[in-house]
Amino acid sequence: MNREKTFNILCTAVAMLAAILVAFLIIILVSDKPVESILIFLMQPFSSGRYVGNIVETAIPLIFSGLSMAILFQAGLFNLGGEGVFFMAGIVGSIAAIWLKLPIFIFPLVCLAVGAGTGILVMLVPGALRAKFNANEMVTSLMMNNICYGVGCYILNNMMRDTAVSSLVSYKYRSAALLPTIVSGTRVHVGILIALLCAAMVYVFLYKTKWGLQVRATGANAKFAKYSGMNVMKVILLVHVIAGAVAGCGGIVECLGLHKRFEWTALPGYGFDGAMIAMLANNNPLGVIGAAAFVAYLRVGADLVSRFADVPTEMVSILQTLIILLISAEKFLHKYKQRWMEKDIQIKEVQHEGLH
Amino acid sequence: MSEYILEMNHIAKIYGNGVVANSDVSFNLKKGEIHALVGENGAGKSTLMKILFGMEQPSRGEIFLRGEKTVFSGSKEAIAKGIGMVHQHFMLVESFTVAQNIVLGMEPKKGLFIDQKEAVRFTRELGERFNLPVDPEETTKNLPVGLKQKVEILKALARGAEILILDEPTAVLTPQEIDQLFEELRQLKAQGHTIVFISHKIPEIKQICDRITVMRSGRTIETYQCEAVTEQQISNAIMGCELNTAIERGNKKYGEANIQVRDLSYTDKSGVQALKGISFDIREGMVFGIAGVQGNGQVELVDILTRRKAVQSGEARFYGQDISAADQKSIRELSFGYVPEDRLEQGVAASVPISENMISNDLENNDFQKHGMLDFQKIDAFVKENIESYEIRCAGGSQPVGMLSGGNMQKVVVARECGHNPGILIAEQPTRGVDVGAAHIIHKKIVQLCRDGASVLLVSADLAEILKLSDVLAVMYEGEIVAFFESTEGLNEEKLGLFMLGIERHGPEQIRKAVNGHE
Repeated sequence: MNREKTFNILCTAVAMLAAILVAFLIIILVSDKPVESILIFLMQPFSSGRYVGNIVETAIPLIFSGLSMAILFQAGLFNLGGEGVFFMAGIVGSIAAIWLKLPIFIFPLVCLAVGAGTGILVMLVPGALRAKFNANEMVTSLMMNNICYGVGCYILNNMMRDTAVSSLVSYKYRSAALLPTIVSGTRVHVGILIALLCAAMVYVFLYKTKWGLQVRATGANAKFAKYSGMNVMKVILLVHVIAGAVAGCGGIVECLGLHKRFEWTALPGYGFDGAMIAMLANNNPLGVIGAAAFVAYLRVGADLVSRFADVPTEMVSILQTLIILLISAEKFLHKYKQRWMEKDIQIKEVQHEGLH
Repeated sequence: MSEYILEMNHIAKIYGNGVVANSDVSFNLKKGEIHALVGENGAGKSTLMKILFGMEQPSRGEIFLRGEKTVFSGSKEAIAKGIGMVHQHFMLVESFTVAQNIVLGMEPKKGLFIDQKEAVRFTRELGERFNLPVDPEETTKNLPVGLKQKVEILKALARGAEILILDEPTAVLTPQEIDQLFEELRQLKAQGHTIVFISHKIPEIKQICDRITVMRSGRTIETYQCEAVTEQQISNAIMGCELNTAIERGNKKYGEANIQVRDLSYTDKSGVQALKGISFDIREGMVFGIAGVQGNGQVELVDILTRRKAVQSGEARFYGQDISAADQKSIRELSFGYVPEDRLEQGVAASVPISENMISNDLENNDFQKHGMLDFQKIDAFVKENIESYEIRCAGGSQPVGMLSGGNMQKVVVARECGHNPGILIAEQPTRGVDVGAAHIIHKKIVQLCRDGASVLLVSADLAEILKLSDVLAVMYEGEIVAFFESTEGLNEEKLGLFMLGIERHGPEQIRKAVNGHE
């Protein structure tokens, strides 16, 4: 591994560490028993199988949304539509899970396909607008989020709402549609395997196929891609299709894996989490797994500290914002990077001269 | 106080990505001299000048300015201490007037507003003082390149520059403009200014410079008195060995016309007629050179042939096929290579590895596919072979191409475009800003392609290159072909210059010979 790559990893690690340190600071400020709270925050998530299970189950949707964002970012597209896709794919997938009647194994697969298909359709709106009319995908995707939320709520309220229950939830899913738990004593479901499979597939797509090369070339320099004879319009559409399918999968997996009914009454926030995770992973699909696990760990830790100590969960959102801040402010370590590189080269020079 | 106005001792600069740009450089300037700085691309000239101009901080070494130890924290400070730089790519606001550009950042004020009249007066006076007359009220984008350069020089002088750094100032000029620039530089020298002249063109250096410092792979090799060395000696010092840059062309037999252009005209959005009825043929085994001052329709011609601008009227055919409906993608299917003018804009994706840059135009090639995936074994072998045969200096195929020096980056572009032996090659300034060694490799490849039967269109502002490579040669002026030479024998740069500036032109009969070449 070259020194630059090592440095980038180090850079991310320092950002993570800084985020944790800031968390300490906040805990010290708000907690009466800071040491105890910090220990809960750091250690408790690993203290029992159930909590580790919590980390895994929290990481599942984060992996999906992180992957979806990583693909878009690799193509140089800043699309934040994962949010709406998660919600809409959840709704449409839930319709399938409530009203279809299929045998056990096939049923969840069909629901997944329905969710992925919904995701593709939703993502294609900003995608097509970008490819055909060069409309800014960030603006259109944010607008799509609102539309998805509105349409989804309408469907939930008027078609799917279970009036037998006081809160706003849908009818129960058919039990054959649910994703089974794979580790007893936890809520870790088959979704984690699907997520890992997705990550591997996205990795192969991006780095081992000619389409992936086209995606990355388009992201690095669209003019170059065009000049090389690539069909940039097609690349943009393709990227949106894949990102939509992955995010859509994430939406319905989350619903069928953790819940018995459709329970979201607001946008779940995974779209924006995805942007953070992709950034943390430097847009590498395999890195997304680690980044999602880390964010999940922080969330579970924060959740535990708010349950067992006197620190509010709001702290977590501050934490996450800080991570994004520290990582996007990548330059903050560059002064040291320079010195570090120089040292390496000086060592080599000395060795070189020593040989003569 | 020493005899030097500037001394840079044992400068080293190591970039964040680990590239050692300068490892041990000592450079000094006497007051009132013109001092040439030469070396291959990637030899560290630009880095040294960036350090002098305060844009980069040296990792080691000391700078003494007028005998005082100096550390520049930024170019603002360097400017304040009397150092001025004219970049190769001009740093002018095109939509501003000359006066506005000159006073940019130091505008004369009248209350809260900029005093435009004072700016104009200041500019005029400045031009008179240095004998560099310019029209202060002209919009900058309307100026020819030579005048833009003059504005850049004035801009530096307006800020009190005593040491002027000129980065490849002659690269974009015609021979006549170059003569004028040299006249101006001699005047500045007489007024006590010190000039650093960066160039690849050794004859020019011999003509204007007092001393010459040669750099090679991050070190200063030697500083010579200019009159004491021959051109060959300078060239050898640059290369570190003797290099025979003569190109063997072999005898010529032309085949079919792979490129046919008839009555091509183009009017741009602002209504300017950039091309006025251009016709020519390029036959197999022929290098068709187009000389001309930049902005006389060459860019539009290339843009049309590479399918980035529409064929408005007239006709263009590749291999007898009309290309007006083709796009950048479909033209790639026609055994076609294109070396673009600006490598960073179109030629490469800087953050992507060398290997992927080298195959980007050839993704449909089944050789590189296995079970629907990219076959990296074959790709790596192909890339490795190219790295060796083009002598690309890099850490390996997985290095991002943006980390290479300009010359090596250009070799990647040429390797890709010539990789599948195209029948048509369009080469636009293929060796601009490329060192002698790299240029030689690129020239050899172009000639070899041609010998294998390709039709090559060569558009270049470097007349020496055009004269060296072209079999037939056309000169473009204001969107027309104004001269056509069936051979480059007996032609020289001065003679071409007259056509390029529109002073002379051939009769229509001679120009018609561009169609169907000659036997």
